[in-house]
Parts: sequence; C-alpha cells; structure tokens
Amino acid sequence: MRMIDVADITQNIKEMCIEANHFLTEDMDHVLKRATEEERAPLGRQILCQLQENLKIAGEDMIPICQDTGMAVIFMEVGQDVHFEGGLLEEAVNEGVRQGYTEGYLRKSVVDDPILRKNTGDNTPAVIHYEMVSGDQVRITVAPKGFGSENMSRVFMLKPADGIEGVKKAILTAVKDAGPNACPPMVVGVGIGGTFEKCALMAKKALTRPVDQRSEIPYVRELEEEMLAQINRTGIGPGGLGGTTTALAVNVNTYPTHIAGLPVAVNICCHVNRHAVRVL
Amino acid sequence: MERHIQAPVSRGEISGLKAGDYVYITGTIYTARDAAHKRMQETLNAGDPLPLKMQDNIIYYMGPSPAREGRPIGSAGPTTASRMDKYAPALLDLGLIGMIGKGKRSESVKQAIVRNGAVYFAAVGGAGALLSRSIRKSEVIAYEDLGTEAIRRLEVENFPVIVVIDPEGNDLYETAGAEYCDLG
Ligand code: SF4
Repeated sequence: MRMIDVADITQNIKEMCIEANHFLTEDMDHVLKRATEEERAPLGRQILCQLQENLKIAGEDMIPICQDTGMAVIFMEVGQDVHFEGGLLEEAVNEGVRQGYTEGYLRKSVVDDPILRKNTGDNTPAVIHYEMVSGDQVRITVAPKGFGSENMSRVFMLKPADGIEGVKKAILTAVKDAGPNACPPMVVGVGIGGTFEKCALMAKKALTRPVDQRSEIPYVRELEEEMLAQINRTGIGPGGLGGTTTALAVNVNTYPTHIAGLPVAVNICCHVNRHAVRVL
Repeated sequence: MERHIQAPVSRGEISGLKAGDYVYITGTIYTARDAAHKRMQETLNAGDPLPLKMQDNIIYYMGPSPAREGRPIGSAGPTTASRMDKYAPALLDLGLIGMIGKGKRSESVKQAIVRNGAVYFAAVGGAGALLSRSIRKSEVIAYEDLGTEAIRRLEVENFPVIVVIDPEGNDLYETAGAEYCDLG
C-alpha cells in the first residue's frame, strides 16, 4: 500500500492545466511541421505557418495557445495499491483545476447548469474519468477540450451489417460536417464497439494517444491510415479554406461489443490537441 | 488580393472585397459572443437601445483569456460563428457591416449580408496567441457581468482576416476546397 497526499494531486493538476494550455506535446509539434512542408495550397501553407508561429508565441510569452482553454477533462488511472490521504480525491482534482485556471490566466468557460448557464468563475468542475489499474502509481492525463470541435463530435449506433464500410462512412461524415468549425487541421479520435457511452469515452481517450503512434491491431492500423488519407482528400484544408491538410491523425480505439450492435463515436479535436501526462 | 481597411468602415469601402481576399483591419472593432448576443436580442425585443451602435461597425466573435499584467488582452482567437446565426440578421439590418469568426454561416445570414452589402471574415481559429499581438487596447464597454463574454471595444492594428462571404454572397468555404478535393 502506498500513501499519496491529495495535496500532491492538486499541485500537479494545477501545473498540468497551465502546461497543457501553453505547450503541445512534441508529437503534435512534429506532425504540424511535417504538414506545413507537405501542404499544397499556398493559403493553407500560410495558415499552417501561422499556427507554428502561434505555438512559439504561446510558449515564449506564456499566453494560451487558444483563448478557449477548454473544459478540463481528466483521466485518473489509479493503481489499486494506492491509498489517498488528506481529503477527498475528487475535491483535490477540482481544486487543482481551480488554481490552474485562476492563477494561470486561463479562460473560465464552464457554466454551472446546461440550461441556467451561470459561469462558475473558476472553470470547475472538471470532467473526471477514473480507471483502476494494477500497481502503486497514479497516471494523470489533463486534456483541456475546446468546444468548437467538441460540438462537431458524433455518436453513431451502427448495425453489425454496416461493418467497416459503415465505420468509414461515419468518420468521414463527422469530419465533413465539422469542416471549418472545428479549426482544422483536426485530430480525429474514434471509438468503435462497447456501448453507447463506452465508445464515446474511447474516442476521447484516443485523442490523448501520441499522433505518431498507430494502433497495434493490424486492421485498426490500416483503418487509421486509410481514413487519414481520405480525410486529407476532402479538400477542407487548414482553417477550412482549402488544402491537403485537413487532419493530422486519426486515432482509433476498439472494445468488444454486443451481438446486435456496432457503436461508433467520433470525437473531433482541433489542431490545439492538448494534454499533459504525469505519473506520480 | 491583399487589402487594408480602417474600422469602422463604410459600405463603399468594402463593396469591392471578394471572397478569398486577405484583409488587414486597423481601428476600432467590438467583441460579442453567445451570451452578449442573447442579451442584445432581448434588449431589442424590449425596445431598448443597444450598448453599441451597429452602423458601420465590425463585431468580432471572441471571448479572450484573461490578460497578464502589462498586456492589453490574453489569447484572442475567433469562436464558431454559426452559434450567432440566430441573432446576426437583425444586427446586420441595423447597420452592422462586418463579422469576424470562424466556420460556416446559415442561408439567412448570407441573405442578410447580401441585402445589406456587409461582409463575413474568418480569422485563423486556434491562433489566439498570434492574433493577440494585433490588439493594442481592450476595454469592457457593456455586460461586464458576463466575464469573458462581455462586450469589449478593441483597438486593433493590422488584424489579419480573410474574406469568407463577400457583399455579393460568394462563400469561400464552398469554393476553396474544390481544387484540393480528390474523393471521386
Ligand atoms: S476548436 Fe480548438 S482551436 Fe478552435 S477555438 Fe476551439 S479550442 Fe481553439
């Protein structure tokens, strides 16, 4: 049994909220750079150059990459030999978000009720997903999610007979509908299988996988590569203003499902695909 | 084509803008997004005056992140314009000349743009740090209680935008992709 003080959780989450909103992970930097070299449209290239310049300014001047600093989505993978002390874990996580967003000059974009819509003033609560794993460590992923792209995300309850072709069609439909609204070039997270909510959660988690890391399942890997190529043939392009770079990656996760179903979720993320990861 | 305009701007000066033109805006523009538009609509419904005049002005659909000490504003990129589609035609009919945002507009907004000889610009989404460098001054002028969604007066210098829907109703989002579309 390992003791972890929840104050450590708060401190780390605070730092990770700030870090994720000012710096993208290295794989995102690389893929954006490569896309800039390969983009065929002159205006598209110009926009991709501006996005790189934007990242540079964000890091140097400590100004958020995007003004929509998102709703904080947090994955907590908790080793089952860990015991938390010093308070409630959930409160510690939200306290970290509160401190990160207020002290880090991040935008407060959360309202207390979907209909009454009063801003909570500190970007809490976070959306927290817990997972029990083996061991005595805690792996925390903080993924602030902007809503320009979140609003364009979809769940499709396909039938088994729709098969892989149905999945491809669903992904392409979501991407085309998203178009310029989702701040392309996008990163596309896909969840296939499970249940209604499971596929959505898989799609979200797929966005936190490095964009240069393909699935280990051969047919899924092929699907990821084929869909990326197809999406980049839609012509949508950077900023939706035409070009050959519409997506930077398609990350697909799968899970067993029911004999009667084929759930597919497509979680669209913009080029500001943010996440910070730490293991305590 | 590259163009420079001084805001507020007259209809005559923007009448020549074409979808695809790259435009640098200098002068005064205003921010408003979802909650501010809702409140402006309620104000109009009640027959009360709006907190800013629409005539010849440009509205930027944007809610900034907080400014650090010594800076005029935080990150300041565009938000998705379609959420303002419900409100935009009434404002265009009151004289609003330009909107800056990102993403597609509805048919009724397009019609209001053509009817009034107005223009819809896109700024690059997700480039809020870069765009903030073109903003010299920012001041909340109404609805302060809305926080990031308050109405702000911005002084901008060479603020970079692209004409998406021009006064004739040409829509760059509908045409720009065709050349690079290869889906058979
Ligand atoms: S979709 Fe992404 S890049 Fe675009 S405004 Fe939202 S968070 Fe920023």
